Formats: sequence, C-alpha cells, structure tokens
Amino acid sequence: MDLLRFATAGSVDDGKSTLIGRLLYDSKSIFEDQLIAVEESSRRRGDAVVNLALLTDGLRAEREQGITIDVAYRYFATPRRKFIIADTPGHIQYTRNMVTGASTADLAIILVDARKGIIEQTKRHAFVSNLLRIRHLVLAVNKMDLVDYSEQVFQDIVGSFYEFASRLDNVADITPIPLSALNGDNVVEKSDTMPWFKGSSLLYHLETVYTGGTANHVDARFPVQWIIRPLSQEYHDFRGYAGRIAGGVFKPGDAITVMPSGFSTRIKKIHLPGGKELDEAFPPQSVVMTLEDEIDISRGDMLVKANNPPEASQDVEAMVCWFSHQPMQSRGKYLLRHSTKETKAIVQELRYLVDIETLHKKEGASALGMNDIGRISLRTAAPLFYDSYRRNRLTGSFILIDPGTHETVAAGMIV
Amino acid sequence: MPTYSLDHLDQIEAEAIYILRETAAQFQNPALLFSGGKDSIVMAHLAAKAFWPARIPFPLLHVDTGHNFTETIDYRDSFAEKLGARLVIGSVQASIDSGRVREEKGPFASRNSLQTVTLLDTIESQKFDACLGGGRRDEEKARAKERFFSHRDEFGQWDPKNQRPELWNLFNGRYHPGEHFRVFPLSNFTEMDVWMYIQREGIELPALYFAHEREVFARNGALLAVADCVPMLETEKAVKKTVRFRTIGDITCTGAVESTASNLDEVIAEVAAARQTERGTRADDKRSETAMEDRKREGYF
Repeated sequence: MDLLRFATAGSVDDGKSTLIGRLLYDSKSIFEDQLIAVEESSRRRGDAVVNLALLTDGLRAEREQGITIDVAYRYFATPRRKFIIADTPGHIQYTRNMVTGASTADLAIILVDARKGIIEQTKRHAFVSNLLRIRHLVLAVNKMDLVDYSEQVFQDIVGSFYEFASRLDNVADITPIPLSALNGDNVVEKSDTMPWFKGSSLLYHLETVYTGGTANHVDARFPVQWIIRPLSQEYHDFRGYAGRIAGGVFKPGDAITVMPSGFSTRIKKIHLPGGKELDEAFPPQSVVMTLEDEIDISRGDMLVKANNPPEASQDVEAMVCWFSHQPMQSRGKYLLRHSTKETKAIVQELRYLVDIETLHKKEGASALGMNDIGRISLRTAAPLFYDSYRRNRLTGSFILIDPGTHETVAAGMIV
Repeated sequence: MPTYSLDHLDQIEAEAIYILRETAAQFQNPALLFSGGKDSIVMAHLAAKAFWPARIPFPLLHVDTGHNFTETIDYRDSFAEKLGARLVIGSVQASIDSGRVREEKGPFASRNSLQTVTLLDTIESQKFDACLGGGRRDEEKARAKERFFSHRDEFGQWDPKNQRPELWNLFNGRYHPGEHFRVFPLSNFTEMDVWMYIQREGIELPALYFAHEREVFARNGALLAVADCVPMLETEKAVKKTVRFRTIGDITCTGAVESTASNLDEVIAEVAAARQTERGTRADDKRSETAMEDRKREGYF
C-alpha cells in the first residue's frame, strides 16, 4: 500500500486537534479505551465538550497548558493509503518544531479559521512549508458553520491566499477545501451544507492526491553509511558498502566515482538488506553495494555517477532555522552533519534574516535567535558533496551541532 | 517511464534499517533491548538483515524480571543462538538480592518499575552508550513524541520538553560521558504494520501470541495469567479460557484477550477489527494518566 506523510500546523483555537481527532476517529484509528480515557480526563478538567486535543497532546506540560509544544506523530490508514501525520504547533515560538515536522512531509494542511481569514500565522505556515519544499498544500478553511457556510467568505479567503502564495516558488498545487471539523462537514464525507463546493472531501483528497514523493530520481547519490566486512568462511572477501540511496537510480554494472578520492570503478552487485539481489536501486531504499575494484572507501564518502557529480565545495550558502536559546554568532564554530558526513564549520556571514511575521528580508542583523530563519554563508573544514536543497532534500540539507553542549542548534537548506 | 515507488512496508523497513546502521556507526557500544515480545523480535530480525552477510555487531540485552512466561525464555535462547548474537542478561532478582531495589508488596505488586534500575545498572556496568528499543509511536501518547535517537542524561532520565529536533535523515547521537541514547528503529511502525511485516517475512513468534487454553482471572478489566508470582485476591476466581496475548512483558502486568485466532491471518483479522489498544491490557499503563511519560522520564524502556 501507498504511504503519504503530511504535516499539520496550528493551535487548538484553529480546530487542528478536532480535525485530526475526526480523521483518526472516522477512520477507526482511535480505540475505545483511548476515547474513554479522553472523556474521563475532559470531565475531570471541567471541559464543556470532549477535548480531542488530549488524544494528541500527550505530554504533561501540554495537557496542563492546553497547547501543542512538540511534534507528535500520528498514524491512520484507509483501504487506499497509509498516513503518517506530523502534528506540529502553530505558535511562533515553536517555529522550530514546525520546521522539524515539515522536513519529512510531502503535503501540508494549512488551517484557517473562516471567521479570521488569512492571518500572519497562515502566512508563516505557508512560508515554512515552502521553505522546506513541501510541494502540495491543502488550504483547509475551517469553522464554515460559524460563517453560515458562506461561499463568498470562502472565495475571499481563497483569493487572498492565492495572492500571497504566488511568491511560494516550491509549491506545485494548492487545494482549498471549506470544512467544519466540529460537525464533520467535508472532512470524510462531502457535506450537503455547502452544495456550491465542487471539490472533494479532505480525506478523499488525501487518499487520492498524487505526490510522486519528494525523492530525486535523476542525480545518482549514495552516501556510504557503514562498511560490511563479515570476515567469515563463506564471505571471506566480501566488502559491502551499506547505505540509503539519496538520489537517482543505481544498477549493477554502472560506472561510478567515489567522492572525495575521485577513483572510478563499476558496481558489481546491489543487495537489499538480507541479501536479495536488485536490478536497480532508488530512494529511499537501504541497500548494500559491492564494487569491481578494491578502493579505500569509508563512512562519509559518496558514490555518484561519473558523468553527473554533485557540487563539491568548502563554501556553502544556506537558509537556516535556528533552534537554540543560544543565538548564532558570526564566526561561530559548529559541527556540521550532512548526509553521513560530519565536519567542522564556521559561520562566515549572516546575510539576512527573514521577518516571519511580514516575510520581509532584514539585512544588517548581527545574530540569529531561537526560531529565526535567515540566510548564511558557511565554510567547512572538509568539502561537502551536495546538491541544492531545491534539487534534492537529502543531499541539500544539514544540521549544525554545538560542539560544547552537543545540542542540535540549527537546520540548514543549501541554496 | 518506470515509476519508482515503494510499498509502505518497504519504506518503513528501509527507514528502520537506516536507523540500525546509523546506530552501529555513531556509537561505540550499542545493545539491542530484547524482551521476547513481537516488537523486539521484529527489531532483531531487521538488525540481522541490516548487517547481512555479517553478524549483528552488538549484543542482545534482556532485562529479566524473573517473572517470565517460560515460552519467552525458551524463545529468547534459541533466537539468539540462531542469529549468532551474544546475549547479555540483566537480572531484576539480582538487583533485589543485592538491595539495589525493594520489591513491591501486596497482590498488585509488579517488578515492572524495578526493571528501570536493573536496566540502568546494566547500561552502566556494560558501558552501553546506545540501547535499541522496539517502542513505537502509535503505542501510547507519550511515545508519540519520542525521537528516533532519544537522549538520556547521566541519571538515565528522559526530558521530553528538551528533545533534540530530528530532521530529514540526520540524527545527532553525540553525548557527554555518562549519558546514553535510546534508539527506536520501529518508531513509524503501527501495530498492524508489525503484524503485516511478521507475515511478509515469515518470522516465527512465541506460541503465546496465538490462541491457547490457559487459567486466567479478571482484574481491572484485563485477564491475567494464573502464576505463582501473581497472588490472587479472595474475590478473584481462576477460570480456564481460550486466550492469546497482544503484547508480552512481565507476567504480572501482561493481560490476555479472549481469542480463537490461532494463526497469523486470524490474528491480523482480529487486530484490524480491534476496538481496544494493545496496551489496554497492560496494568502498568493504568497507574495514572501520564504513567508512561513518568516512567520514561525515569529511564524506562
């Protein structure tokens, strides 16, 4: 069966939890004992209605404050598809969690309260989705019951979203759907309350939308993760290179080049985990390759097609989202992890900061604080073999780690 | 134009394999937590595939409460032998005997929470810096917030409010001396995925997972197995029923369900129709609303 990973962003007020609760409940992914537990908690807390947010907001601090803080992953399935939801908070102070959830999603649901229309938060969610290169957006206009299911209200919201979205260069399609999560209108079934709406229900759209995934099937990239040397009687001379295909398609017999050494050879065999031989391998498969020649290859090296190499440079330009309480300093030194490689990096310059309320560039800023997004230039101690993030999410992304605290302090997308 | 797409089981398998290899690459001395339950069996099966044709480059670690189903121990020993894996056993009984922990008293006593001390002691004495666990995010609401690479401080504690963000394929396993990681390769598997994967791979399971006749008694809405280490109240009555287990842990807190599902197809049909979570039969989760988060903070699996 097919798998779709999508992200939702929003706060309790937008009806995000109600919407997710309804998708889970109507697809029978919520169990009776979970529902009874939530009903009991709601009663104890004195909530007027059963608070479906308690299904997803599982941490003590979230339940106490009534907000989503961290990314939660939720699972449901219909006969057509399997779904993984990255359920993320909507508030500006948790932008980093939204970025995290968006990094592995193929589709994002942007939630709008029909009474409020497009607000700064809507724009921020759309901006983050676009920055992380989510190609498919659903504009879910919720609480239509509170605006008398008005077509005019819906069309006005859609119109102003399109106006703003013309700047979102990574988005391939936007699907607007009017709904009421509370009443279930247009969530699973098409609703009679909005006969003017000719599109499909949210669930039907999620089940049938073609995303084609986000993987790159053109530029062959294989970051070496682990070397397999059994040293056993049966596999005495076996030397396999294990890893996950990050781009393109590899076949036995292909001429490949090893970065950074530049040596060339051919692929002898490609095995799936457990040994089954493959005719071709593509993302996101985890495989083991053997090569015709014995070459010195270690973790962090990359196998590529000889005629289509990635960029190789110690200087990169990137958009970063800052995660740490400790602001990013110009000339600051960090550990950089890119594919299976780790190297040292120094921040050369903060080019500009994006004001995530207005989406304007602010030049001349001196530091990036927590949840800030900006463009920087970096110099690394060893060359990186990369593609632009726009071309390949896996070879175009990196994280920065504080060498003192070992915390992950930033996520970067190479321009 | 060929379409390069993978079935969902292939996708989550590829992801789990990537995590297992990443664990071997980023840590000095990992171990795979093996309970004999289906999730840890699937994880060990994946580990054997990940490093083929070499052996699994780390040992299996079993935290033994001493309150086991005998089937589990038999299965554990033959499974480890088949994989050619080293087996390390942390004994809760030894922790009790040496005075490291005090046994709970009364009919509701469980060694479940004592396991944490034994686990952390074993991690310290064996100098493990990463423990692979079979936990899944769909199991429980605190686990839904768990990372693939989950940091533990020098006291073995989890701090859910201060977790490292995980993006794309990039995992940060760096730690200071005394700290360690828990790694969860099956994070994105659901209960149904685990069963479908077991079926696809033809993985053999302990007989406990299939319908059999057993003496049980009802407590807190769950059916517990009659055993020496589970004293019954006067009001509780043993009855013979045809049951199976949906999860397998310590005998004192693992509840059975009435079932006639005697093979994988029947179990999968039953799981698909189930209206109760599999942990609904676990007495250890029912101690409070955030029981799992609280135990995990202390260093539980």
